[in-house]
Amino acid sequence: MINASLTELAAALAGKKISSAELTGLFLERAQAANPRLNCFITLDPERTLAQARAADARLAAGKGAPLTGIPVAHKDIFCASGWLTTCGSRMLSNFVSPYDAHVIERFNAAGAVILGKTNMDEFAMGSSNENSYYGPVRNPWDAGAVPGGSSGGSAAAVAARLTPAATGTDTGGSIRQPAALCGVSGIKPTYGLVSRYGMIAYASSLDQGGPIARSAADLAVLLNAMVGFDARDSTSLERAPEDCTRALEHSLDGLRIGLPREFFGEGLSADVARAVDEAIASLRTLGCRVVEVSLPNTRLSIPAYYVLAPAEASSNLARYDGVRYGYRTAQYDDLLDMYMKSRAEGFGAEVRRRILMGTYVLSHGYYDAYYLQAQKIRRLIARDFAAAFERCDLIAGPTSPSVAFNLGARAQDPVQMYLSDIYTIGVNLAGLPGLSIPCGFGEGGRPVGLQLIGNYFGESRMLNAAHRYQQATDWHLRQPDGEARP
Amino acid sequence: MSWEVVIGLETHARLSTVSKMFSGAATAFGAAPNTQASAVDIALPGVLPVANRGAVERAIRFGLAVGGRIHDRSIFARKNYFYPDLPKGYQISQYEQPIVTGGTIRIGDGESEKQVRLTRAHLEEDAGKSLHEDFHGMSGIDLNRAGTPLLEIVTEPDLRSADEAVAYAKALHALVRWIGICDGNMQEGSFRCDANVSLRRPGEPLGTRCEIKNLNSFRFLERAIQYEIARQREILEDGGRIVQETRLYDPDRDQTRSMRSKEDAQDYRYFPDPDLLPLAVSASWIAEVAHDLPELPEARRARFVEQYGLTAYDAGVLIAAREISDYFDALARRLPQQAKLAANWIMGEVSARLNRDGLEFDRIPLSAERLAELLARVADGTLSGKMAREVFDAMWNGEGSAEQIIESRGLRQISDSHALEQLVAEVVAANPAQVAEYRSGREKAFNFLVGQCMKASRGKANPAQLSEILKEALAS
Repeated sequence: MINASLTELAAALAGKKISSAELTGLFLERAQAANPRLNCFITLDPERTLAQARAADARLAAGKGAPLTGIPVAHKDIFCASGWLTTCGSRMLSNFVSPYDAHVIERFNAAGAVILGKTNMDEFAMGSSNENSYYGPVRNPWDAGAVPGGSSGGSAAAVAARLTPAATGTDTGGSIRQPAALCGVSGIKPTYGLVSRYGMIAYASSLDQGGPIARSAADLAVLLNAMVGFDARDSTSLERAPEDCTRALEHSLDGLRIGLPREFFGEGLSADVARAVDEAIASLRTLGCRVVEVSLPNTRLSIPAYYVLAPAEASSNLARYDGVRYGYRTAQYDDLLDMYMKSRAEGFGAEVRRRILMGTYVLSHGYYDAYYLQAQKIRRLIARDFAAAFERCDLIAGPTSPSVAFNLGARAQDPVQMYLSDIYTIGVNLAGLPGLSIPCGFGEGGRPVGLQLIGNYFGESRMLNAAHRYQQATDWHLRQPDGEARP
Repeated sequence: MSWEVVIGLETHARLSTVSKMFSGAATAFGAAPNTQASAVDIALPGVLPVANRGAVERAIRFGLAVGGRIHDRSIFARKNYFYPDLPKGYQISQYEQPIVTGGTIRIGDGESEKQVRLTRAHLEEDAGKSLHEDFHGMSGIDLNRAGTPLLEIVTEPDLRSADEAVAYAKALHALVRWIGICDGNMQEGSFRCDANVSLRRPGEPLGTRCEIKNLNSFRFLERAIQYEIARQREILEDGGRIVQETRLYDPDRDQTRSMRSKEDAQDYRYFPDPDLLPLAVSASWIAEVAHDLPELPEARRARFVEQYGLTAYDAGVLIAAREISDYFDALARRLPQQAKLAANWIMGEVSARLNRDGLEFDRIPLSAERLAELLARVADGTLSGKMAREVFDAMWNGEGSAEQIIESRGLRQISDSHALEQLVAEVVAANPAQVAEYRSGREKAFNFLVGQCMKASRGKANPAQLSEILKEALAS
């Protein structure tokens, strides 16, 4: 049951082979048992979760089930869920119980899905290793000495360890794709604007996008159908006719043009990752894809541009955490300024403070033009690079991350080295494009490698189609970490 | 050598929308603290702003009314600073690309007429309120006001005196109410001004300015500017220099005091708000708003002069508020030949009575239709001025229509010349001594005889007609 696809689970629930309460109970037990070791969850609330499962059972019994009714889904602790502690991985929100549901949570609730728990993450989604959580690091299920990636590390690790059939994440610079790659699972960041950001705690508003993490592309398609939808409460939400992302899964890949950006295969890419990705591309070729070389010449500028724009937005987005209305407030203070400074110094971790400082700096009088406006120009150049590439191909393929999961603590003292691990994912966010990562083999130390597919705007169905056909021809996505294999 | 005063005003007009600038919460004034603060206004984690279409429409209306340029694309920006009544830690405003630029507001009359140029008008949200009393060493925060929509209207430094500044503020106040974008309630803070004041020798470049914040009455605006002019003049004439700073006006002491200097000015780190798309205003939307725009004060003033033959002065008084001019228009349309009479009544009796009863014009208890009936009776000589005032009083008190009151009180003026001749003949016959006196050249006797006639008619004789008939009778 722990390896069943979402479609199989839905069929089992509809056929009364298992109840949602039983299914949910099974995953809850696994999550509770694994959490001391992997630390995937910040909050598990079995009572609340099982109550929702029983409600789903009633709905199934009444014949009103939808594709996700009764299926447990874990949510990154960045999504506000009514009645749930919603911490965003921060001490600042360690006491914040959300009074409302994010749009994504509303959509899952409406579909009858069950909230399994809230997953661990880098504080305010700032990080690539999940080491920046106030609640401690998440361990990679493939190797407890390795990081799971970040910032949606808890979600990716929970899916990899079969603690949940599916999870949500958010991706600002690679935070769905990179942990999916490092944990050997599948994850997709949709086109910017498809998934409402309402109730998704903001890191960098112009880059943040929610998306699902699961064990297969087919499951991602089912989850995406639930998550995508116009929301008038998010001014950047796109109003489009609903699209069934499962519709094109089985289409043939004959003649599909796959672009390989030469900048993704050069210096900085580990040999083990390069080998696995090359093999995956060879597989795509045997499935009928045509491979062309493309160029994304400004790729190297994506990291500096990102580390101007994202911190700039973050420095403003995080200004609301001032200890006045909710969240952490320091115990002792002399006056208002002292309260602000102590509450924020104590409530935020080092990486968050670093990015607030960077962002404040680049927006300051006299630096704005030199940093913020220049970065915006680079952002447009990067989008133009992608547009040019998509004139020559239908999908772009390459590695998700330059290396397999690194060891815990290995890069914690070197932020720039840490930032470089997002070199292949950040451009996608800057351009607002969709990107996914699927497992495509193993590298050094038996740690998973991810293949990234990047689509043109609204190319999700086509990306999922290619990923699904690839997964039908391979079994990387079915592999699971040894320690977690117990049914 | 004289000084030239240079003033520019920034006015915050609270837009009369039902809900807030970026949230669905109500904007009504005076609710219990924090009962009109939604998740968005409190700035809970994860919430997002959505621009209020009604507020944008009001900004368009303003842009059209002042003849400004309405931009098809404007940008909401974040103004970042920490304050407890600013929940997000930033205010959403428009900075580099406002929705309206340019336009003018006319002040004064005739020779002193002046077009005050506007720099811009932009949309933004208000902050909440900090309450420092009744909290025993702590402060209270009320976020009801947080997020209410404001239109900030900025002039060029075109004003040259406190009087001009007040005239501009009054004209702007009348205009925003006229076009229905702001209730203009100054006590509730719906209309507040910041004044930038500087002095210079005529012909020289602009001097260093001081900004006086948050002036919420015309009197405070006038007093604060006057004080500031005197303060700056004294410093300059003593050979000193003005320090650029923000000042506050203290009405109790009638003076301004320093709030913060330019050196302390915060760096607001403005940048485009990534949560809001550029504000797009289509030509068709502007056309739609223009179509629904009421006749504007300037056009109406010209029409009153043209159509009703009013003087520019009278027309200017009548367009001080839209309700007054609507009322006059309704009245004059019924009495096209008596527009001057109608204007005099509105500026005289009607406004005196409203004053006495402490009523605003929109609460007038007498419709223009009813008043027109009364004035028609004045015009046709049925009522004397004195009688008309009596009838007006009764109508004001709800005693009925002009006709009903004239009938019930027997107030019809005697204008029948036959009846008056008979009455005069009787009085002449009964007062031979006074008649003789008059005929011997003593004019005073005439007034006595008029009085006797009036008495005999119980005050109803048409005075002008009576006097004519009496003169004729005495001459014969």
